[in-house]
Amino acid sequence: MLLIDCPYCGKRPELEFAYGGEAHIARPQDPAALSDDEWATFLYLRTNPKGTHAERWRHVHGCGRFFNAVRDTVSDVFAATYRVGEPRPDAAPRKAGE
Amino acid sequence: MQTFSALSLIRRAFGGHAGWQAHWRTPEPKAAYDAIIVGGGGHGLGTAYYLAKEHGLRNIAVLERSWLGGGNTGRNTTIIRSNYLFDESATLYDHALKLWEGLSGALNYNVMYSPRGVMMLAHTHHDVQVSKRHVHANRANGVDNEWLTPEQAKAFCPPLNISPGLRYPVLGAALQRRGGTARHDAVAWGYARAADALGVDIIQNCEVTGIVRGRDGAVEAVETTRGRIRTPKVGVVAAGHTSVVMAMAGMRLPLESFPLQALVSEPVKPVFPCVVMSNTVHAYISQSDKGELVIGAGTDAYVSYSQRGGLHIPAHTLDAICELFPMFRRMRMLRNWGGIVDTTPDRSPIIAKTPVPGLYVNCGWGTGGFKATPGSAHVFAWTMARDAPHPINGPFTLERFRDGQMIDEAAAAAVAH
Repeated sequence: MLLIDCPYCGKRPELEFAYGGEAHIARPQDPAALSDDEWATFLYLRTNPKGTHAERWRHVHGCGRFFNAVRDTVSDVFAATYRVGEPRPDAAPRKAGE
Repeated sequence: MQTFSALSLIRRAFGGHAGWQAHWRTPEPKAAYDAIIVGGGGHGLGTAYYLAKEHGLRNIAVLERSWLGGGNTGRNTTIIRSNYLFDESATLYDHALKLWEGLSGALNYNVMYSPRGVMMLAHTHHDVQVSKRHVHANRANGVDNEWLTPEQAKAFCPPLNISPGLRYPVLGAALQRRGGTARHDAVAWGYARAADALGVDIIQNCEVTGIVRGRDGAVEAVETTRGRIRTPKVGVVAAGHTSVVMAMAGMRLPLESFPLQALVSEPVKPVFPCVVMSNTVHAYISQSDKGELVIGAGTDAYVSYSQRGGLHIPAHTLDAICELFPMFRRMRMLRNWGGIVDTTPDRSPIIAKTPVPGLYVNCGWGTGGFKATPGSAHVFAWTMARDAPHPINGPFTLERFRDGQMIDEAAAAAVAH
């Protein structure tokens, strides 16, 4: 089970959180102007990287707030968690145990 | 290829079983092939077999970054069924089921297909309605499925607890008698051996690191850890790593990869006659011919390539198993592992041409690809050979996400396999 560092509450077990998918996918500014391809890209296409992944989590059984995290999808080690609206930190993942 | 038969077994026994050949060669990669399959699991090896067998493409290779069948082919819970709701899926999965029925003979390799029955439990009023809808939809599509009362379910699977006092009591079950299990390793090995006999080069420990495209955008070659290999056709059958391989051609797909966990118990004598699945309490279980209880747990919540996951996922499944089958409460679990499954938004696969000429993809099988192995391979080989989809995989395109033509099998596929 992951130990997740909520930026508001501190480190809590994964069971307190809900996963929210890839982060930094901006909602379209003008939805009516989008083509079908652009809708499909927004709704369905995902980076799904083997490596560093920026993702949303929600502390559902805690403060209830959404936040973002950067995690390595091979080791599952978190590099950083940060508040919504803050830029994605360009941090290298920590080694397990750090 | 040496054929396997009772006679050949007896003859080799007198020679101390010394004269058996290796199942397949270990060739060096050639400089060029007519087609390359990326991924040496069941679907990829099967694709190579049908390309060689039915479409006459013999100068082809399967590239596997690790060992054959070491990914999801070797990690799944080996359940076979075709009781999917929609016409497109029922046709695809039943195509596979019909191939399963003759597969051991076709490959001269015992894949141990065992139609012992797959029983899906209903625990709530809503479950009952949905299950009956599935039964009727399946029967309208010519797919066998029948509704059982709790007593009939108990008669079919005696260890089942149908006490009305359960938190989620068994209110009935849908039974597909042609469903069952097969030996997963044998599927990979059988296809590999048969494809090799037709001249297919099976190259292990050869990871694809790049896809080379010409000036017109078409595929020209693949870069691998064992050098560049020229080819006009590449079929990507890389399961959880499909996004990684397709990114080499500059494509993003509607896929996310999650760890799906499974576990087996210590082996015991035959105690469990069929496959039982429950979407509501989230458990599925069967017994392998080795005697282990094979138990499927859920996916972890987050994207990962780690082939492991949190212990709370299988623990949750074991809670349900112990409730449904109280006699297993003292069983000890032997091994627990994860496989990386590539899931699509509608929980149906993608078996299709791509916008890149010469590049084909067979992916998105999510949590339930094993059952489809022969059918998936068969129609994908057709798609690659003719540069056009087979009528069966025609609806399973990449473009369906743009066009809104989803095949939403979340109810049939999102949990149970």
